[in-house]
Amino acid sequence: MPNLKFCKMKIIKAPYKSWGGIHPRYHKDLAADRALREMPLPELLQISMSQHLGAPAKPVVKKGDSVMQGTLIGEAAGFISANVHSPVSGVVKDVVPAITLTGAMIDSVVIEPDGEDKRVNDLAPLADWQAVAKKDLIARVAAAGVAGMGGAGFPTHVKLSPPPDKTIDTLIINGAECEPYLTADYRLMLESPERVWLGVSILRHILGAKTVRIAIEDNKPEAIRAMEQAMRNADGDVAIVELATEYPQGAEKQQIFAITGREVPSGGLPMDVGAVVENVGTAAAVFDAVFEGMPLIRRITTVTGLPLNAPGNIIAPLGTSYRALIEACGGCADTVKLISGGPMMGIAQAIDTVTTTKTTSGLLALGAPDVSLYESMPCISCGRCVDACPMNLVPSELSQYLEAEDYEGAEELHVMDCIECGCCAFSCPAHRPLVQHMRQGKARVMLKRKKK
Amino acid sequence: MAEAIDKQDHLFVVSSSPHTHSGASVKAIMLDVIIAMLPLTGAAIYLFGWNAIRLLLVCVISCVATEAACRKAMGRNAGIDDLSAVVTGMLLAFNLPPALPSWMAVTGSVIAIALAKQVFGGIGYNPFNPALIARVALLISFPVAMTTWSPWIMAAPAAGIDALTSATPLGAFKSAIDFGQTVPYLTNSTTFMQFFVGHQNGCIGEVSSLAILLGGLYLLFRRCISWQIPAFYLGSVAVLSTLIWAVAPDKNLPPHLHLVTGGLMLGAFFMATDMVTTPVTRKGMAVFGAGCGILTVLIRVWGGYPEGVSFAILLMNAVTPLINRATRPRVFGTGKKKS
Amino acid sequence: MDMLQFILITSGAIALVGVVCGTALAVAARFFAVHEDPRIEKVAEILPGANCGGCGLAGCTEYARAIVVDGAAINLCAPGGNEVIEQIAAFLGREATAAKKMVALVLCGGNDTQAQKRHAYNGVADCTAAQAVNGGDKACTYGCLGYGSCSRICPVAAIEICDGLAKVHPELCISCGACVKVCPRNIIKMVPADAPVHVLCSSHDKGPVVKKMCKVGCIGCTLCTKQVENQAITMDRFLAVVDYSKETPGKAAAEKCPVNCIIAADDSSSDAQPEVLQNENN
Repeated sequence: MPNLKFCKMKIIKAPYKSWGGIHPRYHKDLAADRALREMPLPELLQISMSQHLGAPAKPVVKKGDSVMQGTLIGEAAGFISANVHSPVSGVVKDVVPAITLTGAMIDSVVIEPDGEDKRVNDLAPLADWQAVAKKDLIARVAAAGVAGMGGAGFPTHVKLSPPPDKTIDTLIINGAECEPYLTADYRLMLESPERVWLGVSILRHILGAKTVRIAIEDNKPEAIRAMEQAMRNADGDVAIVELATEYPQGAEKQQIFAITGREVPSGGLPMDVGAVVENVGTAAAVFDAVFEGMPLIRRITTVTGLPLNAPGNIIAPLGTSYRALIEACGGCADTVKLISGGPMMGIAQAIDTVTTTKTTSGLLALGAPDVSLYESMPCISCGRCVDACPMNLVPSELSQYLEAEDYEGAEELHVMDCIECGCCAFSCPAHRPLVQHMRQGKARVMLKRKKK
Repeated sequence: MAEAIDKQDHLFVVSSSPHTHSGASVKAIMLDVIIAMLPLTGAAIYLFGWNAIRLLLVCVISCVATEAACRKAMGRNAGIDDLSAVVTGMLLAFNLPPALPSWMAVTGSVIAIALAKQVFGGIGYNPFNPALIARVALLISFPVAMTTWSPWIMAAPAAGIDALTSATPLGAFKSAIDFGQTVPYLTNSTTFMQFFVGHQNGCIGEVSSLAILLGGLYLLFRRCISWQIPAFYLGSVAVLSTLIWAVAPDKNLPPHLHLVTGGLMLGAFFMATDMVTTPVTRKGMAVFGAGCGILTVLIRVWGGYPEGVSFAILLMNAVTPLINRATRPRVFGTGKKKS
Repeated sequence: MDMLQFILITSGAIALVGVVCGTALAVAARFFAVHEDPRIEKVAEILPGANCGGCGLAGCTEYARAIVVDGAAINLCAPGGNEVIEQIAAFLGREATAAKKMVALVLCGGNDTQAQKRHAYNGVADCTAAQAVNGGDKACTYGCLGYGSCSRICPVAAIEICDGLAKVHPELCISCGACVKVCPRNIIKMVPADAPVHVLCSSHDKGPVVKKMCKVGCIGCTLCTKQVENQAITMDRFLAVVDYSKETPGKAAAEKCPVNCIIAADDSSSDAQPEVLQNENN
């Protein structure tokens, strides 16, 4: 690596203005100043085999097996899938189907920790990663079970293996964290910017991307400073992009547009415009997997919400129950709605015994005053959803098509391009469940396409 | 899962995302519109006195009562708490001449709510602006009462406008042109300001452009209406009337008088901006506004009626679905970028 | 005179237009006629004309065409029943193979008073939509969600939602099967209208789990299987399942069922489907 010590780190404004968007109340102050901390080990961990997008992993342990920290307990089932490892040393109590945060019944491995944290060293640290072949690095990322930590949980090794006809020239590291309430990525950038930056370097090396952009919203100046400090020795076309604070600046397509001006084509992937977007948490996980040989077995979860006594940013092992997380943050009695993730795109939970996964960036408890209910009032055609939609859809018209179950009409109006960001439903004065309509429409169109 | 339910003392609310809301509501929007109409109400009462109070009360009460009765007859919940019937009632009152008998106002209110709104399914489903449907229905049913303009309760205004006590400026102008007479107020330099503050004949809510502008600015400030409709409406009226006036200045009103006479201001800020009956896209709103403006001028200059705002807006209401269809924005990631 | 002329010209013009149009139509009818098997029309007339789609084709005329042209089976029309089959058979000279009258049945008895909720659902009132949001709001993952997707799709309004539970009125059901297809939990089944016994539960959960979630759910106790002959009720993963091909009276089984999720026709009555909700107060 050429030594360019005097190459000054650049901080640039986002050159393009993405479309639509909203300005919700962020409530980030609840947890922003709470330093990362580990929580006491729960009595039981219930690790779902569906930690990621794609096929659930296949359990490879059985009742009674003893496991160590880092033991493979679930094997990737197919290409778009990811390995799952034991976060603790202990004994497998059971392998049973259990309700996941999406409400599906998926095989889960229940482990009773022994509290000794003995670690298995299946993966050797690769401190000299620049000398390692790219495909071996990708194999390492896959072996460590790294999946997108931003929320969707797309297996990272898949993103790192674009087909040969696609050239990736831009690597975007997403530290926007535009979801209200959440501060997990913010604390990570603040407290371990070096891990993030080294992870970014590895990703950049694997992809061979010329340009690297770290995207951070301009409401997080401390995070920008911390990252700048960590990246002071960076060489080449590397810059931090200050995004305007607006939801959904963290959405993949919107972020690529704001930074490069390129539109991911309808139905396409970021790699179609030569870009790959990875979350800052993913970058840190890649660092852990390569430098330390540590698989992805825990993550930062922002446990927050106005009814909570002591919100915080918790480093919790995978499979920690939501109830344990809430108790680690002082508990709360008045929760009316419990959300896995942020308030805009998170998933409302029916029970608090559901456990964390690689995608649990936040756990949000909403009290009665924060919960607004959906009604089925008719659309008054105010057009606010049209103004808010970052994809330039016409949600009001679409939802009327979908209410009438005209799925072909909805498909023509590009319902499949909906990113479910929630801007439309957020701004709807009639409180119509627009996103739910879109989801239903997308599901029906998918079903129809599969049949063909 | 069964155990989990046992331990929880109440059920969590579960819905599709998003789980937070801007706080906007139909009721809040209607309340804003009512607030925006307060200057207008004040002006109407100041200019027309008891008649304005009477018409406003009659229209609002009968609109709300009709709404409640219709909802009950259809077996739905009352649904009057969204205040939309109050807004319709006020707008209808503003569109009536001051001396109109109360029973006609009641008839108009019933038409507005029952015929123009509830038969289509209530709020959100009506294709036409209910207040305007009622106004046009009254205009056709009771042409004399609907065009009988009484003078204001105040002292007679400046000379030159006295002659107009029996007609609106637009009506007087039209008949003057038809009979080849001269129009007195055209030469008076203070006419514009007189008309602007409301010293002219007309419906109780349309005369004072000043009060309407105040309310319109409030609506814009509260983002209850978008700037496109009033801007393109007034803009197209100004441009088109300037062109026509430039061609034949002695046979046409100058553009600045077009803007402050008749129902144009009220239409541009309060009637053509009715959310339900206008397009949802910004481009569509611009097209809608421009269309209203062009039709208004066409009717005023060449039509049989001296005033065309109501008809223009209703005609554009009819093509709103088409405008929506034609002005769908380009979806992200489709087609070529313009820049 | 003028008047007379006027009338004459007018009538003449109208008569001329009539002659020209009539000729054109006659010519068109002759040259553009579509030759279709006249039997199709006749069969379509015999069919009930409900256009329910239960036969799998888009409406009665399509089915008539399929019968006449493609030789499709003539017993696919559920609403028509045996009468229609016989008429078509007689008309086309085919053999009448009687179809059993089938009706839809919701295999769940857990209404809002009997069955626990898992969460308070807020959103689109539709079963498929509710199911997609965290798996549906009924604690039992097999139970009827009660948001009426079936009742809305039913062409003859034979399905009613009572107290959060869908209930088919068998006397109205035309056996089109639309509800069976739309139910996201697959708990509506077509059953013979004269079947003597039904198990109104679809839960494969173990007994203790069921008991916590629903008062009328099958707990897999197997008592019923011992009350009937020739295995008319068998156990399938903790759920009693009726084999409708065996017409065994099930009154004893219904009486023995500790959770009252089995209903049986009265031996004296021909109505095979007692009120689903009669268990409500047990």
